[in-house]
Amino acid sequence: MKSLVMRSLLTLHWPRGRASLGRASLSGLLALIVLALAPQLASATKIESIRTPAGIEVWLVRDPTVPLIAINFGFRGGSAQEPQDKGGAINMMGSLLDEGAGEVDAKTFQERLERGAIELSFTAGRDTFRGSLRTLKENQDEAFELLRLAMNEPRFAPDAVERIRAQIVSRLQRQSTSPNEIATKTWWETAFPGHPYGRPSNGTVESIAKVTAADMRALLKRVLTRDTLKIGVVGDIDAATAARLIDRAFGTLPAKGDLTPIPDVTMQGIGKRIVIDLDVPQTVVQFGGLGIKRSDPDFMAAYLMDHVLGGGAFSSRLYREVREKRGLAYGVSDQLLWLYHAAVHVGGTATRNDATKDTIEVIESEVAQMAKDGPNADELEKAKTYLKGSFALGLDTSTKISNQLVSMQLDNLGIDYIDRRSALIDAVTLDDTKRMAKRLLNGGMLLTVVGRPQGVTSK
Amino acid sequence: MPHSLKHALAAALAVMTVTLAATFHADAAPNVSHFSLANGLDVVVIPDHRTPVVTHMLWYRVGAADETAGKTGLAHFLEHLMFKGTEKNPQGLFSQTVSNIGGQENAFTSSDYTGYFQRTAREHLKMLMEFEADRMTGLVLTEDVVKPELQVVLEEQNMRVANNPGARLSEQMEAALYLNHPYQRPIIGWRQEIEKLTRDDALAFYKRFYTPNNAILIVAGDVTAEEVKTLAEATYGKVARVTEVAPRHRPQEPAQIAARTVTLADARVTQPSVQRYYLVPSYTSAKPGESEALEVLSHILGHGANSRMYDTLVVEKSIAVSAGAGYSGSALDDTRLFVSGTPKPGTTLAQLEDAIDAVIAEVIQNGVTADELTRAKTRLVADAVYANDNQGTLARWYGATLTTGGSIEQVQGWTDRLKAVTAEQVRDAAKRWLDKRRSVTGYLVKDSQTVERRP
Repeated sequence: MKSLVMRSLLTLHWPRGRASLGRASLSGLLALIVLALAPQLASATKIESIRTPAGIEVWLVRDPTVPLIAINFGFRGGSAQEPQDKGGAINMMGSLLDEGAGEVDAKTFQERLERGAIELSFTAGRDTFRGSLRTLKENQDEAFELLRLAMNEPRFAPDAVERIRAQIVSRLQRQSTSPNEIATKTWWETAFPGHPYGRPSNGTVESIAKVTAADMRALLKRVLTRDTLKIGVVGDIDAATAARLIDRAFGTLPAKGDLTPIPDVTMQGIGKRIVIDLDVPQTVVQFGGLGIKRSDPDFMAAYLMDHVLGGGAFSSRLYREVREKRGLAYGVSDQLLWLYHAAVHVGGTATRNDATKDTIEVIESEVAQMAKDGPNADELEKAKTYLKGSFALGLDTSTKISNQLVSMQLDNLGIDYIDRRSALIDAVTLDDTKRMAKRLLNGGMLLTVVGRPQGVTSK
Repeated sequence: MPHSLKHALAAALAVMTVTLAATFHADAAPNVSHFSLANGLDVVVIPDHRTPVVTHMLWYRVGAADETAGKTGLAHFLEHLMFKGTEKNPQGLFSQTVSNIGGQENAFTSSDYTGYFQRTAREHLKMLMEFEADRMTGLVLTEDVVKPELQVVLEEQNMRVANNPGARLSEQMEAALYLNHPYQRPIIGWRQEIEKLTRDDALAFYKRFYTPNNAILIVAGDVTAEEVKTLAEATYGKVARVTEVAPRHRPQEPAQIAARTVTLADARVTQPSVQRYYLVPSYTSAKPGESEALEVLSHILGHGANSRMYDTLVVEKSIAVSAGAGYSGSALDDTRLFVSGTPKPGTTLAQLEDAIDAVIAEVIQNGVTADELTRAKTRLVADAVYANDNQGTLARWYGATLTTGGSIEQVQGWTDRLKAVTAEQVRDAAKRWLDKRRSVTGYLVKDSQTVERRP
């Protein structure tokens, strides 16, 4: 709640925002099949798959404990769908959907959201466009009506477009001198030159300047369509009501989208190190290399291997060597990222300028060691128990569950994934992880380094 | 639209907000229990049976404001060192065990409290309690673990503050807002003092403050009060009191009589901004009803797209990219209410500041409308319902309240007290507390030459 904001800075023991197996946690279901979320959740939470009268599939978890409803939804098509010179257009579009729609002007729209304590937001990724809605049960009709208006009849009124444009430009300008942002942007540009994945998904000051209302209307029509829509609904709502409200909000969206085919691509730049000078006391290092598609049969083996290398909080090799033993950094981690047309592993750390050389050497040495020998049996066993045990932690709020229901559908994990999940983890052998370590890490990494590091140069 | 753009507060101020809430309609309220053990440990149990997960938190009533002058950063440094092991559970065993069972953990330090938590499947609760009770008094520190951890903390300071112009300004503004109270110190510490912290400093601080009678155990999740009581008595109950802890009487602020300004120039600033902190009462230091009025006031003034500041400065006058306000009510002593704004190109910081002052003056003079009051209260009360969906949020709310001098009843009565706020009280709060003489205004600029001299 905005109220009771804690006084001042809260410092944390570990950095937040580590990778979790969230996106790989739940499974797919077909109509009318009811399964437990996971074996250990047997009596707690059930997913139902329902099909609405308009033919929209919805995954529903009914839970009357708290009088609220959380909805998450996703469409296929993100920033990779933007015209090349209009980078950031879909993110900008998402920022404008609640700025007036139909007969409702921006101010009234916002007032209606607040009056109903309705939370509505949209997020553009590289491959997907997602939204979330949270409402008190008593305001469910108003919430879905506002959602319908936002997606079906957004105004893109000139004053709102310019206001949002100014906000995005301001943020991009602020990011332009942030070492983290520079390191990330440079890493993706170098890994995917000439590919949509190489462009910053929120655009640039120049590209945002070019985005018009017509561009955003065109993207809306191409992307927000029923053929790729995935929905998760959680909370105090029955199946019939969910079907009625979903049809109200989504039933009039176009049936078919118009997505530009995106070519599959392998990351480039492995072996390169790019140093960018910035006058800051602490150098930011982003590193990464090849990853693995979510659909690859070896995905779980790679995931476990990467967890040993740089996942979790306390347990990883990078953590132990970089932070615990040498005190070189506050945070260091690595994670797998899987897109629809490429896959990478990426990690990062930040260290004082005069320790950057040592830090990079330690990280590269650990990655090389992992590539050579893979995890050991004890590490693999612990990674397995971690992944199995942490499953339920991502499912303890309605918002988290609805988010997972959609990720799981977008990842196309299959109807029986829940039943198979633990077995999939257990089936991974030490040799599998060694094979994955070689496949992903053997060639080395691409590094971007931003700061005033001593003794570190581009190569 | 992204929340962050409309409100644009947190990043600039380096404030980590924790969404907290109150109790709700009786039928939705969790059945919160509260009891104390013989050794003085307070226990709060927040049942949530939807998922077989438990959140186990131990909070100590000690934070950066309880440090001795010259030793800033010590509360936070000790928090880091608490992960270094005990005689019974040597280095790393606790964390390794939590990780091996798929649990999550972290710890945090504020000005008023320090907390440690784990989230795991419910069946591991007893083990968590055994580990946490053990490290309440059993910490073992050697130089070879203390030294690298000090470097880690210095890197954390680099990351959070030194590398971040907005955070550097916030630090300077806090120091200027408090003339006498230790809230003037950064929680992470001043760098030259962090560098000199030692193992002995950490152990002395530990022995002074880490004792069951200075701690609060909060367990939220798939548990009952009865089982938590049994487990707590079998684990924490066996820890003897280490010491009596003195009442937390910190040096208080004198009458503040002069508006202050602070300018932070950093070549990396591409987007100048202005912000102001007002010294205001906290939930603990306020008179009855005053904090709730400040809560409503800050919401109407600067929370979201319907707020006075956003509507006037961003939409109507179109001179700002973002504008907002917030109240940090959860504190033992007087806290702050802040307003902030980022100008559009073509608007100077002085012009934006004048416009912010005009918005504030309008509220002081004419108060808020009945409609604004209703919307603000609806929104704030609904947040309490939403909080019920998140056991971690509820646990943090109780923890923060109880470690800043509040009570269980204060948490549970929050919704009713908020609903009782009148338009008159909101205007009175604005009139009384939005007084520039009790404030510091900060400018974040690329080059200090660019700050216009005010007439």
